Amino acid sequence: MESQSNDIFIRMLSKRIIPCLDVKDGRTVKGVNFVDLKDAGDPVELAWQYAQQGADELVFLDITATHERRKTMIEMVKSVARQLNIPFTIGGGITEIADAEALLNAGADKISINSAAVKNPQLIADLAKVFGVQFVVVAVDTKLIAGRNMVHLNGGRLTTEIETEHWIKQAEELGAGEILLTSMDHDGTKQGFDCKLLDRITKMINIPVIASGGAGKVEHFTEVFTTTGVDAALAASVFHFGEIPIPYLKNELKKHNIPVRL
Amino acid sequence: MIGIVNYGAGNIFSLTSALSRLGLSYGMINTESDFHQYSHIIIPGVGHAGAAMEKLNHTGLVESIRNLKKPVLGICVGMQLLTSHSEEGDAQLMNIFPLETKLFDRDLGIKIPHMGWNNIETKNNLLFEGIENQTQFYFVHSYFIEYNAIFEIATANYGLQYSAAIQKDNFYGVQFHPEKSGAAGEQLLLNFFKIKQ
Repeated sequence: MESQSNDIFIRMLSKRIIPCLDVKDGRTVKGVNFVDLKDAGDPVELAWQYAQQGADELVFLDITATHERRKTMIEMVKSVARQLNIPFTIGGGITEIADAEALLNAGADKISINSAAVKNPQLIADLAKVFGVQFVVVAVDTKLIAGRNMVHLNGGRLTTEIETEHWIKQAEELGAGEILLTSMDHDGTKQGFDCKLLDRITKMINIPVIASGGAGKVEHFTEVFTTTGVDAALAASVFHFGEIPIPYLKNELKKHNIPVRL
Repeated sequence: MIGIVNYGAGNIFSLTSALSRLGLSYGMINTESDFHQYSHIIIPGVGHAGAAMEKLNHTGLVESIRNLKKPVLGICVGMQLLTSHSEEGDAQLMNIFPLETKLFDRDLGIKIPHMGWNNIETKNNLLFEGIENQTQFYFVHSYFIEYNAIFEIATANYGLQYSAAIQKDNFYGVQFHPEKSGAAGEQLLLNFFKIKQ
């Protein structure tokens, strides 16, 4: 009985729906197809639209590769923070405390680190100590290699010798406040999230987990929230192309007794 | 005009942006003589409560804050600073509310930090005027303020029942982030500004 009543309490925390936006030189990339957008490349307008639709949070992934990246990113983060009334995370190219601090001061709620943390795990501990664990999302790209889930870097192009589950456990111990787990095997397939792995991971750690990679239809979101302990689900194209409108998705989740913010 | 206590505890850009969007003018309080310019006071705060209290002590503003008769709103760690003590850094705080700030207990089967949108049970209070009971607000915290029937004006459940918002005379505190809580959060900030001294 006790676990049941606890379950009810815990379930009052909503499962989060998170659109992910790729940004290059301060502009959103990948075709975005909202009917009522004046400028589909404007991250501020897009972010605002998502907030209006009921997105619970946004992730911006910076893929800029020029020297100007930091400056343009800070400007973009400031513009977003001025307009947006929901939390957002910035990822991409954060390698040191100074990067994180500039983003925090520009209004970012969280930062997401990936390769830099694998190369220098101490970065997680340093960031957590300076800014608090709630600020530090560790993004992990995973891919099956000979039946084992291995950490990948550079958008999945570089295989490491590190086992995904081992790395996530270590990230939690170092001070990660949240894990953003992307299955490279599922990403882009629209065949559903990697629920087996996500289930194992959420049973293994005690910090929130965001599922990423594989969302193609509403049932995939229902599946990931009912069969695993993830706290949030992230997707890009299904939202950008309007294939799954967020209000519709949330209503469907609610029908399955999944707690959502409506 | 709203005065924001400027003691260096975390980023306040999101808060000032929210106030600007709502057309609420604001300024920074750096010294005691700044208080008189403002009708309402906000104490922001993210990060470590013990470290935040140390910074606040350093400003020399604590006694002035304790003596304020104007409406005061503490947000997140800024709310926790209004309590007497935090387990985070075993810190003595401002003791405006005789309450304890405690660490969530992993044994309750909850994830820490408590991160995301959680509904709250509100009491009839000016701060929540026009906001439906059980509305969800955005929370990010690992420490919470123990439930207290005298001071609580909203409760949340996360493993246990705790105070999501408290009030004592002119002092208000919210554990969630109104500046990140969508339209409901903006309504709360507007409500705060409407509270008369």
